[in-house]
Amino acid sequence: MQKIEAVNDFVVKFANINGSGSASANELFARAILRMGVPVSPRNIFPSNIQGLPTWFEVRVTEHGYLGRRGGVDLMVAMNPQSWEQDVREIDPGGYLFYDSSKPVPRARLRNDIHVLGMPLTEICNDTYSDSRERQLFKNIIYVGALTTLLDIDPQEIEKLFGEQYKGKEKLFDSNLQALNLGREYARQHLKPIALKVERRDRVGDMIFTDGNSAAALGCIYGGATVCAWYPITPSSSVPEAFERYAQKLRTDPASGEKRYSIVQAEDELASIGMVIGAGWNGARAFTATSGPGISLMAEFIGLAYFAEIPAVLINVQRGGPSTGMPTRTQQADVLACAYASHGDTRHVLLFPEDPYECFEMSAQALDLAERLQTPVFVMTDLDIGMNQRLCRPFAWDDNREYDRGKVMTREALDAGTDFGRYLDVDGDGIPYRTYPGTHPTKGGYFTRGTTKNAYAVYSEAGADYIYNMQRLRQKFETAKSLVPLPVLTAARYPARFAAIFYGSTGPAMQEALAALAEQGIYLNALRIRAFPFQNEIADFIAAHSKVFVFEQNFDGQLTTLLINEAHANPASLVPVLHYDGTPITARFITQEIAERVARLNVRPLRENMVA
Amino acid sequence: MTYIAKPKLHHPSLVKNRVGFTRRDYEGKISTLCAGCGHDSISASIIQACWELDIEPHRVAKLSGIGCSSKTPDYFLGNSHGFNTVHGRMPSVLTGAYLANRELIYLGVSGDGDSASIGLGQFAHVMRRGVNMTYLVENNGVYGLTKGQFSATADKGSRSKKGQSNNDAPIDLVTLALVMGATFVARGFSGDKAQLVPLLRSALAHQGAAVIDILSPCITFNNHSGSTKSYDYVREHNEAVNRLDFISLREEITADYAAGEVIDVRQHDGSIVRLRKLHADYDPTDRIRAMSYIQEHAARGEVVTGLLYVDPEAADLHRQLGTVEQPLNTLGAAELCPGSKALEKINAALR
Repeated sequence: MQKIEAVNDFVVKFANINGSGSASANELFARAILRMGVPVSPRNIFPSNIQGLPTWFEVRVTEHGYLGRRGGVDLMVAMNPQSWEQDVREIDPGGYLFYDSSKPVPRARLRNDIHVLGMPLTEICNDTYSDSRERQLFKNIIYVGALTTLLDIDPQEIEKLFGEQYKGKEKLFDSNLQALNLGREYARQHLKPIALKVERRDRVGDMIFTDGNSAAALGCIYGGATVCAWYPITPSSSVPEAFERYAQKLRTDPASGEKRYSIVQAEDELASIGMVIGAGWNGARAFTATSGPGISLMAEFIGLAYFAEIPAVLINVQRGGPSTGMPTRTQQADVLACAYASHGDTRHVLLFPEDPYECFEMSAQALDLAERLQTPVFVMTDLDIGMNQRLCRPFAWDDNREYDRGKVMTREALDAGTDFGRYLDVDGDGIPYRTYPGTHPTKGGYFTRGTTKNAYAVYSEAGADYIYNMQRLRQKFETAKSLVPLPVLTAARYPARFAAIFYGSTGPAMQEALAALAEQGIYLNALRIRAFPFQNEIADFIAAHSKVFVFEQNFDGQLTTLLINEAHANPASLVPVLHYDGTPITARFITQEIAERVARLNVRPLRENMVA
Repeated sequence: MTYIAKPKLHHPSLVKNRVGFTRRDYEGKISTLCAGCGHDSISASIIQACWELDIEPHRVAKLSGIGCSSKTPDYFLGNSHGFNTVHGRMPSVLTGAYLANRELIYLGVSGDGDSASIGLGQFAHVMRRGVNMTYLVENNGVYGLTKGQFSATADKGSRSKKGQSNNDAPIDLVTLALVMGATFVARGFSGDKAQLVPLLRSALAHQGAAVIDILSPCITFNNHSGSTKSYDYVREHNEAVNRLDFISLREEITADYAAGEVIDVRQHDGSIVRLRKLHADYDPTDRIRAMSYIQEHAARGEVVTGLLYVDPEAADLHRQLGTVEQPLNTLGAAELCPGSKALEKINAALR
């Protein structure tokens, strides 16, 4: 039987039971490979549940640095009887199944085209440990030990990681190391060698390994946010938690213990966005983090902030919908809900980070944009980027960078007699000046409201005043095009009439797919959209190709709709390619979808003159 | 909210307060509420209280929700920043504003429809957080802007203008505020300015969550014989636990009142609330007793007014959070951004 052979380029998937302590062992496995200089891309695929249901941890070992999901599994570590059938089915032909053989598995439940490696893990644990929790936890370390032998992972790297994890806790260090060696020894003596190997490389360089939620939180620290108001919701909760962690370290006066930040866990999403708006109105940089259901609850307030023109930053870590949908699965399904959040003619600035680096960068940038534009700005991350550890460029900050506080009328300007109209378009860019409350004893005060008003913030139901405001807001949205990040073009090696558009967490899988397609002779230009409103370059790009595949991780093709609505793209030239099962999109899926569609599009009738 | 601008002509002999403003400098636009509306009396009391306290008008941030009451911030303190937010959710916006700048004076204006229905949750939570503010509920027991529906504070058995009887139990915001931890709790009556102005002055000086539930009859929809929120009904059933004076920090403290009938409550900022006790057994620093006192009198159909509870040692939200004294909205990149060197260390820890 054929064996999958690969060095530094394979997928290991761990099937576990939620709450069994497997995640930290599996992460240890991934980190050990990373420390050997070989890029990895792990993904935690978990249920909306604390204990008992199936959970998976997929580790992509990727010497070429493709950090998206590849698709398929080369080695399945099947530790969960509940998901056995599905797990065995997922293994690529010639791949490997590693399982707990303490209880015999009938031949019929195995496959003939895979290699089976049984290890009596439960038996070993029961013989070695008397405590039930130890039996469970060390089972995970023992299988990691066995895998290090099978895959040639340097045990010293794991030992170092234990050293970092259990610094000052020698007993824990020793017991974990003992379990690791137990697994290594068993594998050496009893298991057949396999043809997947890890070899030391120097491909990681200075890249960092972190998750998007922590990165977004750090971006908010660097971007100068002083008010964070939030309400717990998966998968965004770790954003404010990380903000607090970083702020304690970086924003607390060590002498006095005083904090240069404030965090309030609100009673609900409505209150959290309300606090952000109140702080923004009063001149502080403020943000909240939430997910789709939270956005729905915040919608009325978002409309108020849009029309009253108040800065606010929302980090939306998207998950599967509709309604409460799939709380612990990933999608890009809030694009339309956020672009047009709230009632009436609203539209909002969206940023689409690709990885933790951009989560950091765009969260900081969002705070600038919100103040410059005096409007809500959404950072549209998702569970895949937000909660999974990714390799990415190291964070960077220019110390000369100054915060863009936007157009703020000062007391001095008011004293000098400058005409102040809160909603007056002085510069023709649609952005008015504002004053902070408390600026001047007799000038600059105004009444903020969600109802209509004239340019001087005086209540007005006059049609002309409403039209002035709406057209100015539209002008402001046009101005935003010049401020938001430009799309990133990946040009094909040869002239191409087909193209691909994608955004956010699809990026890494798309880069791999484009390379794979080029090897098949299929060349596409590709554009990664990084923001809404859409710059003119996006419309030009679409117009320059006969067909543009728009890759989205949602059911409705929401970005496609937005491109038609807002970039005035010809619907006939856009081909939505949709991935929406809640798992991160894979390079194989993209490659297959494009190859099939390009083949169909390239079909020519035998007699050209028969075509209408 | 009105289209009509109020004339700015001031007589040169108008008396100025210590910060150089006349009483008229504390006015706002012309009210568009119905003639005789209790809310206008409250606006007049706010103007009086702020003028007497020598507050610079622009140092007040006035925030409201939606409804008749929430329109009123346009009618006082015209040089202050105002914010008409969304229905029932002014408290969270006020909280955020307070987080941004702890140095302003925050005046939240709401109504019974705004605070006791959709806003009940935010009302409760803003009290338990100890946001330093004065929260006024202009309570008329009825939805005025939508023409006369019962609100959640309408008493069971009271009748609407159309003659319908209210079957639902009322929500008592004063009791709720006490339960939720508000540190200054009072009830006033818009028709009793002599009591209301000192209450407002005391609340504005209080360094914590101060709430005044002000019975404010709706002249159009809830001032008839079947109403328990009408001018006549409240006057007939008013049970004032105390009359009070407020003594500013800098004013000489004098003993104008007979010994044995006066209690001085020193607030956190040093100012004194001087209560002339009408009931010898009423102690405004006893939260539990205040709750039972209100309930006992409510059971007899009496509306208890006055300063019902005060915690002179109240802690506010910023103290609980441990934030710096300097307003957060004045901190710049130098104080907020850790810089590239700190980022290099963070990067190193992530490898």
